[in-house]
Amino acid sequence: MVISHRLKDRVVDWIITAFLILLALSTLLPLINTLAISLSDKAAVSGGLVKLIPVGFNLDSYDYIVQDGQFWRSFAISVERVVLGGLINFFIAVVTAFPLSRSTKDFPLRNICMWLMVAGMVLNVGMVPWYLTIHRYDLIDTIWALVLPTALPIWNVILLMNFFRNIPKELDEAARIDGATPWLLLWKIYLPTSLPALATITLFSVVGHWNSFFDGLILMNNPANYPLQTYIQQLVIAQRLTFSGAQAQLLGKLSNNTLNAAKLFIAMIPVLAIYPFLQNYFIRGIMLGAVKQ
Amino acid sequence: MFKRLKVKSEQISYSLMILPGMVLLVAFTFVPLFYSVIAFQKFNPALGITGSPWVGLDNFLFLFRIRDAREVFGNTLFIATGKIVLLEVAAVAFALLLNELPFMRIKRWIQTFVYLPHFLSWVILAGILRTLLARNGMVGNLLEFLGLEYIQFLGSPHIFPWTIIISDVWKEFGFEAIIYLAALTAIDPTLYEVAELDGANRFQKMLHISLPGILPTVVLVASLSIGNVLNANFDQIFNLYSPIVYSSGDVLDTYVYRIGLIQGQYSIATAVGLLKTVAALILIGISYWVAYKFANYKIF
Repeated sequence: MVISHRLKDRVVDWIITAFLILLALSTLLPLINTLAISLSDKAAVSGGLVKLIPVGFNLDSYDYIVQDGQFWRSFAISVERVVLGGLINFFIAVVTAFPLSRSTKDFPLRNICMWLMVAGMVLNVGMVPWYLTIHRYDLIDTIWALVLPTALPIWNVILLMNFFRNIPKELDEAARIDGATPWLLLWKIYLPTSLPALATITLFSVVGHWNSFFDGLILMNNPANYPLQTYIQQLVIAQRLTFSGAQAQLLGKLSNNTLNAAKLFIAMIPVLAIYPFLQNYFIRGIMLGAVKQ
Repeated sequence: MFKRLKVKSEQISYSLMILPGMVLLVAFTFVPLFYSVIAFQKFNPALGITGSPWVGLDNFLFLFRIRDAREVFGNTLFIATGKIVLLEVAAVAFALLLNELPFMRIKRWIQTFVYLPHFLSWVILAGILRTLLARNGMVGNLLEFLGLEYIQFLGSPHIFPWTIIISDVWKEFGFEAIIYLAALTAIDPTLYEVAELDGANRFQKMLHISLPGILPTVVLVASLSIGNVLNANFDQIFNLYSPIVYSSGDVLDTYVYRIGLIQGQYSIATAVGLLKTVAALILIGISYWVAYKFANYKIF
């Protein structure tokens, strides 16, 4: 009786395991398929023969991309926006979250500023007024259009503010008795004790900047200024950046599949590379955001 | 005297710190909000806000008359609600099943893979899905292998909304489950031991201990998602739709994009956007109230 009960449990274990492994494969196999297509012969791809292993293995599409000036220009713009935007996000999040984490006794404007932030978060500005504003500031076709409108990361500020508030006040009070200014408190006490939260918000903004395509699409008139995701969107999805002429189109169409797959894969690499950190800190970050006093 | 001076200088420091953030907030949120007044104008970029003629509520009345707007509103509601419901069901089910898994190493690997799509952009995933769902793609091949007829996942107006809903669930269910997995670890293990002594089987334990244990979290997530019933996800739909499926797949944000930024009907598009902003504001208000009432949750 007991043994059969155990056996039944075992079987259920294996059924659940098999089901979950299938689910996990459903997220993994499409990525492997993309990689396989990028490494395959174009005829095999258009014939639908490529599944998880490259058919007619070659590196032609990667060879081609290496020399593709537009691709790397867009790649460089994306790297630039990630670095510049990430640094600005980090700085703004820290200096905004710190005063907001103080009591109204220390910083009387705290509540007003907090309400303005909440208003900024829930008031979803429409696409057109947003575009017109940025146009008015003359930011179109500059890198600043990609980093300034998102320079204040409100969710990150709230996450960091909650983290600051959970840091024991004793340290803080001792330092203030010794005459530490707010800047010194932030620099010497709050930043060093908040490293996990800082890592989390940095990863949030890095991934956000790397992945966003829409601002590049509407704020850059010149395709030469597209960040990578916008470039790929126009190429693969909207198919607006392809060649002209019937011959080129026919030839292009055949190899476009492999070429596009290679570009998609290269665009994924940075995210895949920092994924181990992402997994670690995002989960912790979610918990930080969820736990409040 | 000296102390008051110090307090004063501290307050100046805090004000200086928060200044850049507040400037950005005004420049990129409140100024555009002011620009929304063009919803009450017949806006002409050459004339600007001050020069364009005022038309009162004409743009809004126009929206209520045309069929487009109603259709788009319905599509948005359907897709967004479908996503919210199915995503929560999938995430809860996944968390409960993963919790039953006795093999730690396999569990870690599964988690690693299912969280991954969350971090990839919709541009990349749409590129992958378009290949995958094509007739000669992997899913097309699989249907053929199973002897089933090919489904126009992205080309049929009947199927398209479901493709959107399911692909969104596919991208997010793992990540969405994290919060439930955390709630599951917080359940007191002695509850399971007692249930076992009472002869409860695995399914009974799941139903009577695990599920009630995470129910407060489920209620909280459900309440907060009320604020999203008008957000169908622009990035996803924009990268997967085409004119063939506008009748079922065009949503508020994609509509605003096309009539506003492509066709240049700035005022009409802004009117749609403004209606959405107001509705979203009300919805968020309701959702936080519900979250506070039923899950005792306060965001700040």
